Amino acid sequence: MVNTTYVGIKTLMRKEINRILRIWTQTLLPPAITMTLYFIIFGNLIGSRIGNMDGFDYMSFIVPGLVMMAVITSSYGNMVSSFFGAKFAKHVEELLISPMPNWAILVGYVGGCLFRGLAVGIIVTGVSLFFTDIQIHNIWIVISTVVLTSVVFSLGGFINAAFAKKFDDIAIIPTFILTPLTYLGGVFYSISLLPEFWQGVSKINPVLYMVNTFRYGFLGVSDINIYVAYTLILTFVFILGFFSWLILHKGWGLRS
Amino acid sequence: MTHAIEVNNLVKTYKDGTRALKGIDLSVEADQIFALLGPNGAGKSTLIGIVSSLVNKTSGTVRVFGKDLDADRQAVKSMIGLVPQEFNFNTFETPYDIVRNQAGFYGIPAKVARQRTEKYLKQLQLWHKRDAVSRGLSGGMKRRLMIARAMVNEPKLLILDEPTAGVDIEIRRSMWAFLEDIAVTGTTIILTTHYLEEAEQLCKNIAIIDHGHIVKNTTIKELIKTLDIETFIFDLDKNPDPKILEQLGAIAKDEASIELSIAKDECLNSVIMQLDDAGYRVISMRNKANRLEELFVAMTGDKSQTNKEQTHG
Repeated sequence: MVNTTYVGIKTLMRKEINRILRIWTQTLLPPAITMTLYFIIFGNLIGSRIGNMDGFDYMSFIVPGLVMMAVITSSYGNMVSSFFGAKFAKHVEELLISPMPNWAILVGYVGGCLFRGLAVGIIVTGVSLFFTDIQIHNIWIVISTVVLTSVVFSLGGFINAAFAKKFDDIAIIPTFILTPLTYLGGVFYSISLLPEFWQGVSKINPVLYMVNTFRYGFLGVSDINIYVAYTLILTFVFILGFFSWLILHKGWGLRS
Repeated sequence: MTHAIEVNNLVKTYKDGTRALKGIDLSVEADQIFALLGPNGAGKSTLIGIVSSLVNKTSGTVRVFGKDLDADRQAVKSMIGLVPQEFNFNTFETPYDIVRNQAGFYGIPAKVARQRTEKYLKQLQLWHKRDAVSRGLSGGMKRRLMIARAMVNEPKLLILDEPTAGVDIEIRRSMWAFLEDIAVTGTTIILTTHYLEEAEQLCKNIAIIDHGHIVKNTTIKELIKTLDIETFIFDLDKNPDPKILEQLGAIAKDEASIELSIAKDECLNSVIMQLDDAGYRVISMRNKANRLEELFVAMTGDKSQTNKEQTHG
């Protein structure tokens, strides 16, 4: 059973990765273009007038945040478009009738999202090298944060896609929740610039913890305690993972 | 006798309150082709959906080859291949990828998956289209693709929901031949169909479902025996005049043809003699093909009422 489950996961991941590569102009190219514009406008043009942030020039400061923003958007977007597409066109039934365990279906889809998230992260990091030098304080923190964050937002996308009934439903969360959380999650600024009250408000935003931990991996500076951040991110992984599994187990939004 | 499916007191009530299945009991013996008939909205697709884990049941039990669906769902799933009514594959993928991926989802190792993909795409006459984008396939090809996909795990139980809907006669007959071939290898086949000729041609046993109940579960032979009237069509050498039609109680069909319903125990000789006496020659005579259809309509009653009450298939 273990071997057959492994074959199933591998097949689903391969199918997802093939999809991402087949439509690379929709999946891999847009983040590279968007982030290049961010680097030019915020990093070069405006950033040169801002000066230092937390002891680093502004371009170096925003690179980790922009990479993380691209990873979050890509991981979430990949899951909602792929899983909702499969649900809408009914080919999710290929998986629902198969003997693949529910957790394995989830792992297969999240694996695909992780591939896209990491591919986009590497591309955006590569683009940033045209604008600034990158230093790495702790590579393991960089890798673990980007992987865990990609998993969290893949699972979030899965829950969104499972309950979505029409394409509008998969656009609402990214537009009205994900984008504000990301922009207010310390991508472009340090929360130490904010008044104390707004610093407290910012700390209820989970994206802040992910961006800051990722930035700590690169620069060695963070607005928050990274142990608290890891605890929070792992808690999200387990809670969202369990809820996603429950969706498949009960068939919510998938089986009538 | 091993049962491919044993369903006991199966109930399905949808969220909108529609009771699609109202306590169905059904046993299907293994190693046969079994037909499930019923008008639209009778509950056929709901029953198939529950057995194949696409629909959650409200209550009751389902066993497939002795395995309980609730207790051992993965084992049940691994024994089933499903060909649904609607196309449900990724139309941007190629037939080869669709079939090979399905093999992977069933845990079939890559080498065997490739061999089986080739085998079933060839058997279903789709090998030459293996690298085409499946969106561009004809309706008949898409339906055959779903059969190839359902066969790739070599299921003990193959369920087909109206497999030949919308395909031309030639392909329909080749699909019948394919189903007969795989039934010989020991695969139990359950099919729903609107083509009663299909059920008559392929199946030994039949169940008729209506309004969420099984109204008949018997052999096709037994079912046809219950018909007490048979309808014949006589092709004559010239157009019949109203007098002979009135005399026989027949109705004019096409040019120089009459349709006549007679009691099963009535002899046909007298009909032919009356025609002969009236100066008509009988060129040919045939049994009307839709005799099962007459029985089906009689058993399932008013379809418009059915459709109004039940919207879930």
